[in-house]
Amino acid sequence: MNFDRRSLIKGGAALGLGAGTNLLAYAKAWAQASPFKVEPNAKINLMRWKRFVEAEDVEFMKLVAAFEAATGAKITVTNESYDDLQPKASVVANTGQGLDLVWGLYSLPHLFPQKCLDLSDVSKYLGEKHGGWFPSAEAYGKLGNKWIGIPIAASGGLVNYRISSVNKAGFKEFPKDLAGFLDLCKALKANNTPAGMAFGHASGDANTWLHWLLWSHGGYLVDKNDKVIINSPETAKALEYGKALYDTFIPGTASWNDSSNNKAFLAGELHTTVNGISVYVAAKKEKPEMAADIDHAYLPIGPVGKPTELHLPFTMLAFQFTKVPNACKAFIAFMLDAPQFNPWIGAAQGYLSHFLAEYDKNPVWTADPKTTPFRDVAKRTLTPAGLGTLGEKAASAIADFIVVDMFANYATGREDIKGAMAGAERQAKRIYR
Amino acid sequence: MANSAIEMPAGLTRSRSERSAWQKLCSSRNWLGFWYMLPAAGILILFLAYPLFLGVWLSFTDTKIGRAGEFIGLENYEWLGGDSVFWMSVFNTLLYTVVASVAKFAIGLYLALLLNKHLPFKALIRALVLIPFIVPTVLSAIAFWWIYDSQFSIISWSLRQLGWIDHNINFLGDPWNARWSTIFANVWRGVPFIAITLLAGLQTVSPSLYEAATLDGATNWQRFRHITYPLLTPIIAVVMTFSVLFTFTDFQLIWALTRGGPVNATHLMATLSYQRAIIAGQLGEGAAISTAMIPFLLAAIGIAWYGLQTRKWQQGGSND
Repeated sequence: MNFDRRSLIKGGAALGLGAGTNLLAYAKAWAQASPFKVEPNAKINLMRWKRFVEAEDVEFMKLVAAFEAATGAKITVTNESYDDLQPKASVVANTGQGLDLVWGLYSLPHLFPQKCLDLSDVSKYLGEKHGGWFPSAEAYGKLGNKWIGIPIAASGGLVNYRISSVNKAGFKEFPKDLAGFLDLCKALKANNTPAGMAFGHASGDANTWLHWLLWSHGGYLVDKNDKVIINSPETAKALEYGKALYDTFIPGTASWNDSSNNKAFLAGELHTTVNGISVYVAAKKEKPEMAADIDHAYLPIGPVGKPTELHLPFTMLAFQFTKVPNACKAFIAFMLDAPQFNPWIGAAQGYLSHFLAEYDKNPVWTADPKTTPFRDVAKRTLTPAGLGTLGEKAASAIADFIVVDMFANYATGREDIKGAMAGAERQAKRIYR
Repeated sequence: MANSAIEMPAGLTRSRSERSAWQKLCSSRNWLGFWYMLPAAGILILFLAYPLFLGVWLSFTDTKIGRAGEFIGLENYEWLGGDSVFWMSVFNTLLYTVVASVAKFAIGLYLALLLNKHLPFKALIRALVLIPFIVPTVLSAIAFWWIYDSQFSIISWSLRQLGWIDHNINFLGDPWNARWSTIFANVWRGVPFIAITLLAGLQTVSPSLYEAATLDGATNWQRFRHITYPLLTPIIAVVMTFSVLFTFTDFQLIWALTRGGPVNATHLMATLSYQRAIIAGQLGEGAAISTAMIPFLLAAIGIAWYGLQTRKWQQGGSND
């Protein structure tokens, strides 16, 4: 067998028949050499988040097929939307049957850590083999010394903007500080090319950008001892800033869900937002002239002086009650192995970013300079817990939209600053008791 | 209940025969009836009573998803008592139920009266009326979500084309707009059920009553007030009970349209319960919110019970 990484990337990218057989031959050799010996006739039920980019899903199913052919295991894949995945996984965790692997978002394993299979050996194997994990991977995957989930990739929420509109608003490049960002949004509104970010219950979009906003001002829900500190002057400043932004936004952002900004942006009504790369990918396909006018930027840096972004990791967990723990481990290891992972992350076209250092070299990050900012997503991301420990409390807090509602309460004028902070504090204290 | 079923026949047959208790039991129709009832009772206990009591029990614990909880007494309820979001959800639920039920009843009754007339293509029109009820709730909710979209609403678009407004209507982004929008969607969906059921009721009213009233010189309104309405009362009681229960426990429509937003302004108790219990993992607290719905539902059933009681006029007496 003489398949190096590069030839396999090419093969994967070409999507030809040859690539399929290559992958199968490789997979068989891989299964022979793998430290995780798949149980005979293993059946794996896997639930994953529903794809946003079709090519990614195609590539994923291809590696599933290769794994099945090489090991004799049978994998049943079900797709669930963001909002349905977590409740379904939770029910399975509670009832103890139905699924073996769940590929979910944020801190899903931390919602029911006792039900997660210890994956420390898988993470050690992968880390040693592929250049090591980024620090955020440990934050997401580990509880204490134990890995309860393996972060496969993160979906970056970065600024998507129309180059022409930003130029017309008087900015040669996208502002890197908060004052510049607000000025830009004001100018965009004046030019009738508004910005807009979700203030509604959008699990992905609203949580990511509003946590960035809070953290960029130095406000946090809890400190490093998990003591609630949301009621602070820093939070108040973040709220003021959030309201100032909200007033420049396109109307209706309080009702937005995860797809609202994509639709508005592609319809040409929205000119700046925070989103994954999906808008750009869709525009390239359907509206090339718009895609040429789109670029991406990191979120501005606030008074704290360092990036405070929150991105959306997709972490895979195996349930403790699975009958085929080795098959589950083998599948995760197989998926993150270079010959599978490189074409897969290439197919995602920048929508997904890696947690293992080796994959910085993937050509997807340099082929189109507009995707380059997304390369560093997993390096830059904090966790939903902020300063605190990522666990079921942090997972509950983000799932209950405490921070999102606090900002929305003040921005829409339903409560004053004190009321908004006190409400969030009260809710957070109950979760962190 | 089981005891009385056993004892009663035994008492009745004692003087007539000297058979053993077992033989008596074997030939007892009531005892047999008890066995016939058992499967139904089993299903009810397993799928209705058990989940209900489990829910009530959970509301007294701090159970989270994936972890058993401990008994904490009324702590969940105390917390909810001071939770403005919970009280807003109670207010929303009552507003939603009252406004939507009244509107559904008025429109439904009006439709039923219209459909009861001799129209061309009567069967076809009656079938068409049912469409909103047949479409799966989630589908119609998604249709409404587009209709109410902050950027692409067909209503906003049309009004803009007509030049009546100069900016999009913020249907789901403003708390009161969002409440009325969700209520409208619920009414749209619920009217056919009421209209068709009332229509069925109307058709049981004997035409001879109307003929007699017409001969006596009764006006349209008098015929409705003194014939149609009283004869329809039992059906109205049943259909409105169902309607109120469905509306009070509505979940899908709100969840698909607003997820309880903007800033919790359209959370009903059912959606808030789901949000807290399943999405955020606080099963105990979510169960407490569900349990808090029970008194309201019991009250609705009580009113219906009163409405269903046999009236004097139904047995030929005067109407009081």
